Amino acid sequence: MGAKMAGRPRRRARPYHLLLLLPLLALCVPFYDRAEPSLAGIPFFYWFQMAWIAVTVLAIFIVYRLERRSGGGL
Amino acid sequence: MSGPLDVVAIAVFIALFAFVTILGFVAAQWRRGDLTKLHEWGLGGRRFGTIVSWFLLGGDLYTAYTFVALPALLFGAGAMGFFAVPYTVIIWPALFVVFPRLWSVSHRHGYVTAADFVRGRFGSRALALTVAVTGIVATMPYIALQLVGIEVVIAGLGLHLSLSVAGFTIELPLLIAFVILAAYTYTSGLRAPAMIAVVKDVLIYGTVLAVVILIPAKLGGYAHIFASVDPAKLLLPPSSPGNFGAQSGYATLALGSALALFLYPHSVTGILSSSGRDVIKRNAIAMPVYAFALGLISLMGFMAIAAGVKSMPAYADGFKAFGSNFAVPALLLHTFPSWMVGVAFAAIAIGALVPAAIMSIASANLFTRNIYKEYFNPACTDAQESHMAKIVSLIVKAGGLIFVFGFPQNYAIVLQLLGGVWIIQTLPAVMLGLYTRWLHPSALLIGWLSGITAGTWMASTLSFKSATYVLHIFGTAIPCYAAVAALAMNLAVSVVLSVVFNAFGTTRPDETLAEDYV
Repeated sequence: MGAKMAGRPRRRARPYHLLLLLPLLALCVPFYDRAEPSLAGIPFFYWFQMAWIAVTVLAIFIVYRLERRSGGGL
Repeated sequence: MSGPLDVVAIAVFIALFAFVTILGFVAAQWRRGDLTKLHEWGLGGRRFGTIVSWFLLGGDLYTAYTFVALPALLFGAGAMGFFAVPYTVIIWPALFVVFPRLWSVSHRHGYVTAADFVRGRFGSRALALTVAVTGIVATMPYIALQLVGIEVVIAGLGLHLSLSVAGFTIELPLLIAFVILAAYTYTSGLRAPAMIAVVKDVLIYGTVLAVVILIPAKLGGYAHIFASVDPAKLLLPPSSPGNFGAQSGYATLALGSALALFLYPHSVTGILSSSGRDVIKRNAIAMPVYAFALGLISLMGFMAIAAGVKSMPAYADGFKAFGSNFAVPALLLHTFPSWMVGVAFAAIAIGALVPAAIMSIASANLFTRNIYKEYFNPACTDAQESHMAKIVSLIVKAGGLIFVFGFPQNYAIVLQLLGGVWIIQTLPAVMLGLYTRWLHPSALLIGWLSGITAGTWMASTLSFKSATYVLHIFGTAIPCYAAVAALAMNLAVSVVLSVVFNAFGTTRPDETLAEDYV
């Protein structure tokens, strides 16, 4: 966390914040409501949604790093 | 349950339970603060760092009832029960973007509850009261459900010690668990669940690991587990022309549950207890680990199908008493050695204590700050305020207990379902309020009322058995989670009436400034 930033930090949306929309694909049910391609006998419906958790973590992590680098963020 | 009691499992269960009880009382000494102040008792002094917050929020949001009910849903209804995974995926970007603002403004102004914020932002006592009351009412059945979670595992252990008092059947193990919980919440406040949450997670993750490794090996692998599920339940039925079918029900259920989650008082308490906005952001990255565990836990429903526990005579009583909710205990009893059953059941029971404690604290904060102090004793001292909160936390828990003993299990489930529909109606005031003060408090109030009315009415047309209401729009049937449909109405009313009311343009008080939010 570190010391408080001097003065008022700038908070505004930047293009990389669009990455945070990526997790919303989890709401596009018709896209993944299928059995194939299955993975080791696990239907697509199940393994895709589990895999999407990892994508979500990655997306938020990247945004977090970029925010730190630009010293602002939302 | 018939047959001899499993002494090993019971001993392990009781030992772990005793351990967290001691921990609960010791917690009062942890990061010592003056527990006669509400923000110390009820928010842990706003001092929890990234790691403690992670455990606390995890204990808060992934509750015992989740561990029991979600697999039960897969066990009974199939693919629909997996909605919890997309639900717990989409909340984290929202946490990352929206809730650091709530933390900042609350930190600046000493807000302890969401209703405190609404009071300050919109200067409306009535609006703040509706937020507080909605929060308390939505939380009560949630606490009752946690107790149902404990009830299920106690039944799984075969501990039947009950007595009848005035027509109530009181189960002694549940009563004891509950009195212990009430006592350490009273003395230690939010520090107790924060500390216990760590133990709970160690047990839960251990159990999940054992489940994913041991059970598929016993049942012949994941391919076999999925193959033993009725193919009609393995996927959601695809939409057809003129009907979006179960797919829109699934998506709106995930969306609505996600939007509702951080409006629940216990989530707000979890967020506000953290030591900084960066803690919240880091947790948005780290929390999805729980979502992964939750997905694996949900799949236990299919494992229970593959193991065929439903037709086993040993578990017939359990299924009779708890329905599909007995699938997980039955699966664990069937596949695990005794000591691991003890650990797993303790994990579930302790997983009920943590959120039950936080929920009762959150409700107590709301009552004390936004009802007692606001309407009955505005001049109360810090000590009076925190004393009142401690008492209310006891009353709230007693309410949950009376619910479990006095009413059929079904009531708690129905009310919890309605609770989600109700709490989401505070979204415009709380979440949009973090961004704009353009919405007029009177418009928000009427919007809230219309959302509550519409949502309750939709649930009533479904006889309170389901939350998925079928909307008919331009001849297309769209099954939609009632909370989402009602929220849409709430938003429409709030916006339209704000245009009207704002046209009469009197300036409204707002004690917060733009820079308070960043």
